[in-house]
Amino acid sequence: MTEKVSARSYWIGYQTILIKEVTRIIRIWAQTLLPPVITMSLYFVIFGAIIGRRVGEMGGMPYMDFIVPGLIMLTVITNSYGNITSSFFGAKFGKHVEELLVSPLPPWIILAGYVSGAVFRAMSVGVLVWLVAGAFSGFHMHNLAVTLTILLLTSIVFALGGFINAIYAQKFDDISIIPTFVLQPMTYLGGVFFSVSLLPGIAQQIALINPIVYMVNAFRYGLLGVTDVPLWVAYAMILGFGAVLFWICMRLLTKGVGLRS
Amino acid sequence: MNALEVCDLKKTYGNGVEALKGINLNVAEGDFFALLGPNGAGKSTLIGIVSSLVNATAGETRVFNISVQKDRSRAMAEIGLVPQEINFNQFEKPFDIVVNQGGYYGVPRKVAKERAEKYLTQLALWDKAFGPSRQLSGGMKRRLMIARAMVHEPRLLILDEPTAGVDIEIRRSMWRFIREINEAGTTVILTTHYLEEAESLCRNIAIIDHGEIVENTTVKALLGKLDVETFILDLREPVDRAPEVDGMVIVLTDPTTLEASIPKSRSLNRLFRVLEDQGMEVKSMRNKVNRLEELFVRLIHADEGQTASESPAVKRGAPA
Repeated sequence: MTEKVSARSYWIGYQTILIKEVTRIIRIWAQTLLPPVITMSLYFVIFGAIIGRRVGEMGGMPYMDFIVPGLIMLTVITNSYGNITSSFFGAKFGKHVEELLVSPLPPWIILAGYVSGAVFRAMSVGVLVWLVAGAFSGFHMHNLAVTLTILLLTSIVFALGGFINAIYAQKFDDISIIPTFVLQPMTYLGGVFFSVSLLPGIAQQIALINPIVYMVNAFRYGLLGVTDVPLWVAYAMILGFGAVLFWICMRLLTKGVGLRS
Repeated sequence: MNALEVCDLKKTYGNGVEALKGINLNVAEGDFFALLGPNGAGKSTLIGIVSSLVNATAGETRVFNISVQKDRSRAMAEIGLVPQEINFNQFEKPFDIVVNQGGYYGVPRKVAKERAEKYLTQLALWDKAFGPSRQLSGGMKRRLMIARAMVHEPRLLILDEPTAGVDIEIRRSMWRFIREINEAGTTVILTTHYLEEAESLCRNIAIIDHGEIVENTTVKALLGKLDVETFILDLREPVDRAPEVDGMVIVLTDPTTLEASIPKSRSLNRLFRVLEDQGMEVKSMRNKVNRLEELFVRLIHADEGQTASESPAVKRGAPA
């Protein structure tokens, strides 16, 4: 007896993709969860504890405290993007994405499943890095709602970006080009290690084109209560980017770009 | 009701290759249908369009009267696909592969697990269900894909060369399973290079070549078109020359083997009478090539003026 297509069958389909993704992330935890924790611990030791002492204050607080939100955000962005590119491109490369393409699942469920998997990994490593940071600088939480919503929305935005990358990628090199040459510079220049207000006039204006500046600052507000940009602008920017990327993902999936001949 | 209706289906790929040139095809519910054709004929493109992996350039495909192009999700729920190439994650366990596929079709996890056990057992894979799937043999991987395609118990099962590269024993056990599935009511569409497979399993047949359907009839009717059959006769004692029988072509291929081409209008009894009169005792007898293969090659090469016996490509049980 063929299963009928219904909201319940879609929900089961979504859960299946998510369970599969979460199982994969946990099964290969040494590749997915551990490395960002080690890397960020080194950042905290070098830039926070060793160099940070000489830097003094940034944004009216110890440098160590100042970089914690940015480093958590750096982890969240790279893991969200990296998870979806490797997982979805891997499925495409190994052809098992066809299991989904021949199923009754509509594109938005497939997208939601993969994005949720990426959000799970990003949030998991975000919490782990936050715990490590707490050991160095103590636990700060100015506004839990802002912290969690910014963390969630940022994970979703970069998961959607990673999904587009995975759709267009033809070979494994193609999924490392954007993170290396676009994402990493944008993140490092996005106010992770410094306050944008320190930049000279024109550089400050240029920096404000970078969406990561808004994400890092809004997240810093959530944890520490300080930000270089108005909070509502940050939310508007993140939601705007998310909407545009979601629309692109849906267009690509519906047309079957890179997936259906 | 038809399980599959293909209406004026065309597909031209981006590189300009015209894979399907407006084909029409109906497969009745409950049928066991063979789709034959040489490499590059358009079989996989057709199956790709039916299973929504390939976008049609024009035309429509309907599965149980549901349009694949207009209502993809509902149409896909009716289909189980066993593709030509291995396309499961080889780092996953067979059990998980089957259960997850059930989830994509909305089968509750508990039910999917029960069905995974049922189909993996029926396909003699249960003892391998929790090991790494990459360690399965080629035949096991193909059987795993059949179990995966059955987990949502589709009304239409499409098998794209399911027994390619599988040894004869496994192939026959797969035939048995597929035949049982069909007898239980599932419509089966099979593409194969093993024409013996189509002849022994299928009731109806379509032959596709250069993106067009060149024949679409029952297997019985198609075989009825065969006007000459060639037999190999093994003799008990060596002979010097082939006997002459009116209306038949008999060739001595070696001292104890005769090759006899006999029109259907002639009786085999006549041949045996002549052989007996000349003191030749027949030890065994068999068809030279699969009967369907003869027709297949004849149809495919019809426009090239080539006959079955001239084609070097087709051998019994070997890819055409």
